[in-house]
Amino acid sequence: MADTPLIRCEGLYKSFNSLEVLRGVDLEVLRGETLVIIGESGCGKSVLLKHLIGLLRPDAGHVYFAGTDITRLSEHQLIPIRTRFGMLFQGSALFDSLSVGDNVAFAVREHRRLSEKEVRQTVAEKLAVVGLTGIEEKMPSELSGGMQKRVALARAIALDPEVILYDEPTTGLDPLHADDINDLIIHTQRTVRATTIIVTHDIVSACRVADRIVMLHGGRLIAGGTPEDILKSTVAEVREFISGRAGDRLYQVTPKSTTREGTNG
Amino acid sequence: MSVSWVRQLGRFGLEALAGLGRVSLFTYHTGRWILTRLPRRRVLVPQMYEVGVRSVPVVLATGCFVGMVLAVQMYQQLHKLNAESAAGPITNIAIVKQLGPVLAAVVLAGRVGGAMAAELGTMRVTEQIDALRAMGADPVRYLVVPRFLACLLLIPVLTVFGDAIGALGGYLVSVKALGITSHYYMEQTRSIMENWDIFVGLIKSVFFGALIAIICCYKGFRAEGGAAGVGRATTVAFVASFISILVVNFFLEVFLRFVYNFYIA
Repeated sequence: MADTPLIRCEGLYKSFNSLEVLRGVDLEVLRGETLVIIGESGCGKSVLLKHLIGLLRPDAGHVYFAGTDITRLSEHQLIPIRTRFGMLFQGSALFDSLSVGDNVAFAVREHRRLSEKEVRQTVAEKLAVVGLTGIEEKMPSELSGGMQKRVALARAIALDPEVILYDEPTTGLDPLHADDINDLIIHTQRTVRATTIIVTHDIVSACRVADRIVMLHGGRLIAGGTPEDILKSTVAEVREFISGRAGDRLYQVTPKSTTREGTNG
Repeated sequence: MSVSWVRQLGRFGLEALAGLGRVSLFTYHTGRWILTRLPRRRVLVPQMYEVGVRSVPVVLATGCFVGMVLAVQMYQQLHKLNAESAAGPITNIAIVKQLGPVLAAVVLAGRVGGAMAAELGTMRVTEQIDALRAMGADPVRYLVVPRFLACLLLIPVLTVFGDAIGALGGYLVSVKALGITSHYYMEQTRSIMENWDIFVGLIKSVFFGALIAIICCYKGFRAEGGAAGVGRATTVAFVASFISILVVNFFLEVFLRFVYNFYIA
């Protein structure tokens, strides 16, 4: 893992009407690491994530990707940058008018000059990575929530991205399916070897998958460190968040760093 | 009190100007994509089918009944003046210049425009449009341009269908039910109606098609606030399209009359 940050945010400010969501966020993401951004619902985690790929523009501040200030780029200039990202949206955001196969193939058809046979082969490979096979012809509405998340992840990794962004990947899933998705994130990180940034309010998931966790509160990052650091944090907001969100389940969690070699991925 | 009134007026004016600016940029963006890169056939053809083929039955039914009722109305009024033979040209000119294009446009706004706003609005609130952007695809190119081209290219065809069936309906009612001699009906129509009249209707329809596509796609793109927001966007899109059709119809009529008087007559 190199020590040069692949993504760097400097003094990000963002408001919607009179609501200040981000109030000076500084963040560095190292190449190859798995960073989890935690915080209570509505604190601006997804807003921060969308700034990293240029889906939102800050009122002030900068976002650098591989040294390029993407806040200064036009929508057209952002296209080659975005092809280096894959993003899994909170509600999966699968195109409901397209089949599973066409969803996964979308970016491939858009940006790669491949024959239809090669596109289909790529789609099958990506679906296999997320543990799904033979569902190319199904429509998203025919799938369960967990399967939709998997398809959305297959779509996100279709172009072999350098960075994968996950927006609340376990929201709306029961604990068993949430664990499946956590395993899948770890498995995908190992398979694709991409820098991974996850936004979640689920501290259990965060501790399972993270190399590093930062907490967003009141529009600022108030804590950061390894999962152990966060669990031992003395910052009042962090303590409150951990105890309020995780409860007894937290005792069942073993941070990723201690199980990395042992996790069946 | 008066200061507050002026402030509100000023705010309304600024918002209206900002909205006009956004629509203009949206239109410019759409036009630029049309000139630089046309959509793929697999994207365009389904839109043309939806806009064109599936609108034909409604346009035919509307045109037929409007043509027939217009013939009855004309006959009643002209009979009092002993000028029944003028029913043919008056009915047909009214159909090809005004009712044909306006009714085809209203049908399109209701049947297709509302669906466009609802579909794009749903895509917006479920983050599908953000997903497109995140994959390095331009949502305007992928979603708006095919719909715009389908409306622009197919509404003149729908207008011709509406004109033809309306004229036929008017003819059948006038000749078969009201007893106007077929020869007089046709001869009077031929002697008074000009190709220009048909051309005016078709020119208008192209403007209507462009208006419907831009307004409805724009409203869909701006939808926010979940299902209620999509519902609002759909309603506003139809109402705005409908009013725009009527307003633009008037100004185009005046402008084309001016063109006719100075350059053709």
